[in-house]
Amino acid sequence: MALVLIEDSELLESALRGDRRSLGKLISRIELGFNPGLKKSKTWTLGVTGPPGVGKSTLIGSMISEWVRRGERVAVLAVDPSSPKSGGALLGDRMRMQGSDSSDSVYVRSIATRNHPGGLSYFIDPMIDVLAAAGWSKIIIETVGSGQSQTRIAAFTDRILLVEGPDRGDIIQAEKAGIIELADIIAINKSDIPSAKETFDSIIYSLDMSKSSNVDVHLVSALNGDGIISLIASIEKCHNYEDENFIRLKERLLSFWDSRLLSYPDLNDLLEQLNTGTITLDEASDMVCKGLLEEEI
Amino acid sequence: MVVEMRIVIAKPGLDGHDRGAKVITRILRDAGHEVIYTGIRKTPEEITRIMIDEDAHALGLSSLSGAHQVLIPKICEKLKSSNMHDVVVFAGGIIPEHDHQILFDSGVRAIFGPGTHSNTITEFLSEVENRKLNKMPTGVGEDLGWRWC
Repeated sequence: MALVLIEDSELLESALRGDRRSLGKLISRIELGFNPGLKKSKTWTLGVTGPPGVGKSTLIGSMISEWVRRGERVAVLAVDPSSPKSGGALLGDRMRMQGSDSSDSVYVRSIATRNHPGGLSYFIDPMIDVLAAAGWSKIIIETVGSGQSQTRIAAFTDRILLVEGPDRGDIIQAEKAGIIELADIIAINKSDIPSAKETFDSIIYSLDMSKSSNVDVHLVSALNGDGIISLIASIEKCHNYEDENFIRLKERLLSFWDSRLLSYPDLNDLLEQLNTGTITLDEASDMVCKGLLEEEI
Repeated sequence: MVVEMRIVIAKPGLDGHDRGAKVITRILRDAGHEVIYTGIRKTPEEITRIMIDEDAHALGLSSLSGAHQVLIPKICEKLKSSNMHDVVVFAGGIIPEHDHQILFDSGVRAIFGPGTHSNTITEFLSEVENRKLNKMPTGVGEDLGWRWC
């Protein structure tokens, strides 16, 4: 059988009609740089981030089940890093999401970062637009909350859930990374383990110290379902405060800026000159700005 | 960076022995592929859905429970009826020699038993990529005739 290359527009049309195979293919094309240029429609998006191993995927799994029960159609983009060495990636998030493989109302897509300069910022928006236009009423983006370009992807959503776990001992680290500032809701998972309560208390305490008291903190267990309903209620009623929107927009802008910078054609030259000490960092950034402007013309 | 292939590694049926599947997942990742591991106890319907949603190019099925000659042809049929003729299917685990033909007839292109060297599997996938580039039949629903041996 010959390989038939389907036109982008044809693919888009049938994806929007609800054909999952076309949707899958369309997302692959967006990953390769295709932008369907859909008009921005109303979307409902949730970013889920947090350190590795705290149970983000499992928690998303329990939230999916509840939302599906309520008649929602839930799409998840699960982002995992590609290996910088081989370029390959191990995408295992979906195996933790219970029921993600057997319902017509759930679409889970694993996405590798593919070492794109500056992360996935160019692709995430068109993907969200396509999913929304195809009738997915809740769109969740899961990213590992380590490294700034990863965290920044969460800033492309309208509300951010930070997941933490017990016995991690580095809540301070999360504060340092600025993830707590971005979060609208914080869930301490694994409440079935007694020490989760300590993590909960220390987060409440550190939030009390700062002014960002708009944040709801929940103690939940993805394992036995405790606290999931009230977590969902909190996510549903969450709305954006003006200053938080500004933080988010700043992250999006920084993310785009990184992409532009890292795709600057003479970047290696510049690094070489920095290495030999012939130019300063200040001069280098001037050169990039000038170079990018010239590129426009 | 060139992405090689998106490959789903799946465990069909009531089979919980997934050490092998996990090792294969790592080998393929280190060879530059994007590998989606499904976890254990997946039905043919679930595996087909994962293939569709993930837009995967290849499917590796690991079976150690003895149910391969029922489940694997069923999955191949599901893929064909879901218009995924071009997807490449390979199998591994404990699959006795005398069952191989049934699987090959269903569209499976390679069967890797215990003791297979990891290079053999990555060489198979390179050959698959070559054949796809040259538009030669390789997928589960395409002309049979070629298989890895």
